[in-house]
Amino acid sequence: MLDAKIPAGPMDDKWTDYKGHCKLVNPANKRKLEVIIVGTGLAGASAAASLGEMGYKVKAFCFQDSPRRAHSIAAQGGINAAKNYQNDGDSVFRLFYDTIKGGDYRAREANVHRLAEVSANIIDQCVAQGVPFAREYGGLLSNRSFGGTQVQRTFYAAGQTGQQLLIGAYQALERQVALGNVTMYSRHEMLEVVMVDGKAQGIIARDLITGTLERHFGNAVLLCTGGYGNVFYLSTNAMGSNVTAAWKAHKQGAAFANPCYTQIHPTCIPVSGDHQSKLTLMSESLRNDGRIWVPKKQGDTRKATDIPEEERDYYLERRYPAFGNLVPRDVASRAAKERCDEGYGVGTSKQAVYLDFAAAIERYGKIEVSKEGRTGVGKDEIIALGKEVVKEKYGNLFDMYEKITGENPYELPMRIYPAVHYTMGGLWVDYELQTTLKGVYCLGEANFSDHGANRLGASALMQGLADGYFVIPYTIGNYLADEIYNKPVSTDHPAFAAAEKEVNDRLVTLMNIKGKQSVESLHKRLGKIMWEKCGMARNAKGLTEAIAEIQALKKEFWSDVKIPGTIEGFNPELDKAGRVADFIELGELMCKDALDRNESCGGHFREESQTEDGEAMRHDDQYMYVAAWEYAGESNWNLHKEELKYEVIKPSQRNYK
Amino acid sequence: MEHYNMNLNLKVWRQQNGKSKGEFKMYRVEDISSEMSFLEMFDVLNEKLIQDGEEPVAFDHDCREGICGACSMYINGKPHGPWQANTTCQLHMRAFKDGDTVVVEPWRANAFPVIKDLVVDRTAFDRIIQAGGYISVNTGNAVDGNALPINKDKADASFAAAMCIGCGACVAACKNSSAMLFLSAKVSHLALLPQGEPERHSRVINMLAQMDKEGFGACTNTGACEATCPKEISLTNIAMLNKEYLTASLVADK
Amino acid sequence: MTWKQMFTSSIGKKLVMSFTGIFLILFLIVHVSLNACIWANDGGEMFNKGAHFMGANIVPRILEIGLFLGLILHIVQGYMLTVQNRKARSIGYAVSYGNGGSKWYSRSMALLGTLVLLFLILHLSNFWLPNRSSQGLSLGGEIDLYAKMQETFSGRDAVTVLTILVYVLGCAALGYHLAHGFQSAFKTLGVHNKRYHIMLKSLGYGFSIIVPLAFAMMPLSFHFGWL
Repeated sequence: MLDAKIPAGPMDDKWTDYKGHCKLVNPANKRKLEVIIVGTGLAGASAAASLGEMGYKVKAFCFQDSPRRAHSIAAQGGINAAKNYQNDGDSVFRLFYDTIKGGDYRAREANVHRLAEVSANIIDQCVAQGVPFAREYGGLLSNRSFGGTQVQRTFYAAGQTGQQLLIGAYQALERQVALGNVTMYSRHEMLEVVMVDGKAQGIIARDLITGTLERHFGNAVLLCTGGYGNVFYLSTNAMGSNVTAAWKAHKQGAAFANPCYTQIHPTCIPVSGDHQSKLTLMSESLRNDGRIWVPKKQGDTRKATDIPEEERDYYLERRYPAFGNLVPRDVASRAAKERCDEGYGVGTSKQAVYLDFAAAIERYGKIEVSKEGRTGVGKDEIIALGKEVVKEKYGNLFDMYEKITGENPYELPMRIYPAVHYTMGGLWVDYELQTTLKGVYCLGEANFSDHGANRLGASALMQGLADGYFVIPYTIGNYLADEIYNKPVSTDHPAFAAAEKEVNDRLVTLMNIKGKQSVESLHKRLGKIMWEKCGMARNAKGLTEAIAEIQALKKEFWSDVKIPGTIEGFNPELDKAGRVADFIELGELMCKDALDRNESCGGHFREESQTEDGEAMRHDDQYMYVAAWEYAGESNWNLHKEELKYEVIKPSQRNYK
Repeated sequence: MEHYNMNLNLKVWRQQNGKSKGEFKMYRVEDISSEMSFLEMFDVLNEKLIQDGEEPVAFDHDCREGICGACSMYINGKPHGPWQANTTCQLHMRAFKDGDTVVVEPWRANAFPVIKDLVVDRTAFDRIIQAGGYISVNTGNAVDGNALPINKDKADASFAAAMCIGCGACVAACKNSSAMLFLSAKVSHLALLPQGEPERHSRVINMLAQMDKEGFGACTNTGACEATCPKEISLTNIAMLNKEYLTASLVADK
Repeated sequence: MTWKQMFTSSIGKKLVMSFTGIFLILFLIVHVSLNACIWANDGGEMFNKGAHFMGANIVPRILEIGLFLGLILHIVQGYMLTVQNRKARSIGYAVSYGNGGSKWYSRSMALLGTLVLLFLILHLSNFWLPNRSSQGLSLGGEIDLYAKMQETFSGRDAVTVLTILVYVLGCAALGYHLAHGFQSAFKTLGVHNKRYHIMLKSLGYGFSIIVPLAFAMMPLSFHFGWL
C-alpha cells in the first residue's frame, strides 16, 4: 500500500533529478485542469498562488472569512533557511541533519533533504514579495538562533514572522484571484472528497453562511488544512483549527501517519482556570534570552523576586550544559513537567515554571553602557537601558503576556508551562505529497512528512511554504499530465450526488440528536482525556483506558449532543459539532498509535521507555517506521509500516548534554 | 494580580441574518472571573443560552491571540473595547467591574454588512487587496534575498505598516466609515520597499478606486482609526497614501 | 487616470478641500494683515490706503473672483463629502466613540463650517456688499471702510451688540475649523515626515488661535473704544 516513490540516486541529486524528469503539462492544457485547494494558510495560499501563476484553474476554500486569517498567521518566532549569511558554518546538509536529528530519526530523509534544499529559495521569494524581514543597519537580512541548532539561520519579522509570511502568500493569492486564475471560497468548509473510479474528482463543500452544500469538480484535491492539536481542546491552535477535511479523506482511504506525534511547546502561558478556551504561546525565541528556573525548595511560595539566586534551580542549564535553555522543544517541555510533577512548580496552580529575563536585561544594559563608553553607571540605569533593548526585541510578546496575565514581565519573571502546539503526524504522503488516495495531496502541517517525531522551532513555516511554493508545482504536474486525457466529471455524476447525500444525512443526524450536552462541553471532556492520557507522557495503561473512555464519549456525543439553530443559515455550533465528532474519532486513533509505539521518541514519551536519568529512549530495532493507519470501519484500523532507511545520517540517541 | 468575580449586564445586538432587522437584547452573566478573556465571557453566555434553548450569539473569532484579525466587537462605544492597542480576544475581564453594563455592537458600516448578530462581512478588504495590494512576482523569479540591501529604518517602517491585521476596527471607529487606514497601511508597506517600486503608481490608484467602489467613506483626518487600531498603525500612513496618490495621479499618462 | 478621476476619487475630493482650504488660509493672512492696520492709531488712514489698494487694483479684484470660486468649491465639496460620508453608515451605534479617539472639532467640520458661513453672510452684507455696490465694476471708489467699521461696531444698541456677538462666535468657529483644517490640509497633500508634520501641526494651532483672535479683537476694539 505504501510506496514513498523516493527517487533513486544520491541524496544530493534526488530532487534535481526528479525535477528534471517529472512530467510536464503544456500551458494550453493547464487552463483545462482544475485544482481544488482546501485551506489557505502558508501551504494552501502559496500553492494556490503558484498553481494559479502556472495557469491551472484553482479553486481555494477556507472556513475563515478571509484567507488572511489562517492560523499560520500566529507563528511568532521565525523561519529557517540554510543561507549561511552569518558565516557560522550553516549549509543544506546541516539544516537537513538538524531537522532529522531534531525529529528524533523518525522522518523520511529524502523529503527533509529537499526541504533543506529549497529553504533558501523561500527567503528569496518572500523578500521579493515584500515581506519586511528584520534587517541589520547595513540593510541586509538579520538572523537569530532557535532551539535545537547551533547556528543562526532563523529569519524573522519581530515576533510576527508567520503573519508577515502569510500576508505575502495571501497577497500573491489575491493577485491570482484578481487575474481570474483562482476562485476564492471563504466561509466554506470541505465536508467530503468525491471519488470517481478510484481517484479524487472533487469535493462537497458547505457554505457556512447559508448552510447549503455545494459540489465542486477538481482534477486534484490539495488538503492544506493544518494540524489537529485542538483534539486536546486546549492548545495554541486557533479555535477553528480542525482535522475534518483530512479526516474525511482518511475515511475515504487516505492513510493517517504517526497520529500520536504531538508537539508540546515548552513556553506557553499557563492555564488560569476552567473557563480557559485556548492557550497562548510565548515564542521560543524568548529562550534565547530568558533563563528557565524553579525554586530549589519544593512548594516554595515566596515571590519569584524574593528567592535568592542560590536557591534557584536553572534545571535546563544544569541538565543540558551544551544546549542549556535552547534544548529542543520536546526536551524542554518534559523537563518542565518533571519539575512540576516533583512539586517544584510555581504560581497558584503549581503547574508553571519561571522564564526570567532579569539576567538578560542586566546584560543588555551593560552592553548599552559600554557602547556609550561610560563607567560608574548605577544599577537602576543599567536595568532601564536593558529593558529598552529587551522591549525592542520582544516588546509585542511582553505586552501580550501582560494583557493575558495582568503581570509585568519586565519586573517579574514570566510563568510558563508546556502546551499542545503542533502535530507532526498527519495524512501519509509520498515524495510527491500525494496521499494513498489517488489525486488527493496533502501539504504543510496536515501531512506527516518532514518533522519526524518532533519539529524544530522555525521549521513549520519553512515546510508550509516549501510544499506550496516549490514542491507541489512540480509534483502535481506529474499527476495532472495524465489527467488531460480524461474529460471533466460533471457534478451531476452519481458519485457527487451520493457524497452530497452522505454529508447531508450526517448533518441531519447531528441536528436531530437534540440531546442535553453542548458541543463545547463534550469537546472539553475529550481534551481532558487526551491531555491526561495521551499528553506529554504516556503509558500502556493510560492509553488503553483512554481508548475505552473515548469510545464511550463518542456514544455519548452521538446520543446526547445539543445543537441549537438550523442547518440552513449561519450556525457555528453545527460547524463545531461536525469538527468535534471527527476529533473524537481521531483521538481514538491517536491513542491506538501511541499504544502501538512502545518507545519514546521526540514528542512521544512512553514512560515504559526511558533511560535511568529519565531521558527518552528510542528502540530503532523495533520502531524505525512510519505508522500509517488505514481506516477499516468504526474503531478499526489496519497498520501499514513504511520502513525508514537512513542512507546518509546515522541515527544515534539524541544528546543535548 | 488580584482576581475577582463579577456579575454583568450585557446589551448585545441580535440579528438573525443580513436581511432581518436587528435589535438589542439584555442578558445577565454571573460569576465571571477577572482572569477570563472577553470572548471567554461570551463563551459562558453562549453555553447558558444553549442550555436555555436559545440560539447563541454569533461572533467572529479564531486565533484568540490578537493576530488573525477575526474578532470584531464594538464594546461600550469603542472597537475592541476599552484597552489601547488591543483586540477583543485579548481584552480581559479585569477591564470591568461587578455590576457593569456592557453594550456590544457589530462593526457598523455599509461596506461591512451584518451576516448574523455580531458577525459582519469584511470581504471588501480582500477585494481592495485584489485591486493591487501585492507585488507581482511569480514563484521562482526571485533574486537572492540579500541582493538588494534595504535601509533599516525603511524596512522597519514598512513592517510597522505591514502589521495591520485587517480587522476593520479603523472603519468601525471612523465617523465616515473610511477604510483609509487599512488601505494606507498596505500602500505604505509596499511603497517603502524597493520591490514595490515598479507598481507603485498603479497600485495606489487602483486600490483607492476599489475602496471607493466598496462604499467606504472618505478620510477627514480625525484620527479615530489610529486611536483604536489594535496594531497602532500610524495616521502618517494616510498622509503617505495621499502623497502616493498625488504623485501617481500627477504623473499619470492620460 | 483622467483629471476628472483624479479629483473625484475620495482622496481627490479631499485634495480639492485641501487646495481650496490652503487658498482660503492664504486669503486670511492677507485679510488679517490688512485689517490689523486699524490698530495703527492714525484714524484709519493706513487701513483705508490698504483697502483702496485692494479695491483699485485689477489683480486683487481678479483674485477676488478666484477667492469666491474657491470658497464656493470648498463649501459645496465639503457638504457633498459630508453627505457621502454619512451615507457610508446607515445604522449608527447605540454608544458613540465620542472624544476617545478624536477631537470634537475634527468631527464637526461641517457644523463649524456652516457657522463660519452664516457669520460670513452677515460679514459680507456689513462691509463687502455696501462697498462693492458703491464701486460697481469700476476700480476704486471705495467707501470709507474704517468709518463703516466704526459705525457698525461702536453703537451701544442691541443690534450692534448682537452683531459683535455673532462676529466673536464666528471667529471662534473659524478658530476650531482651522485647528483641524490647517494641519489636515497638509496631511491630505501628503506631508508625512514626522519633523514637518510636527512643525505644521504647531503652526496650525498657532494660526488657528492668533488669526481668529485678531479678527475677533477688531469689532471689540471699536466697541470698547480702544482705538
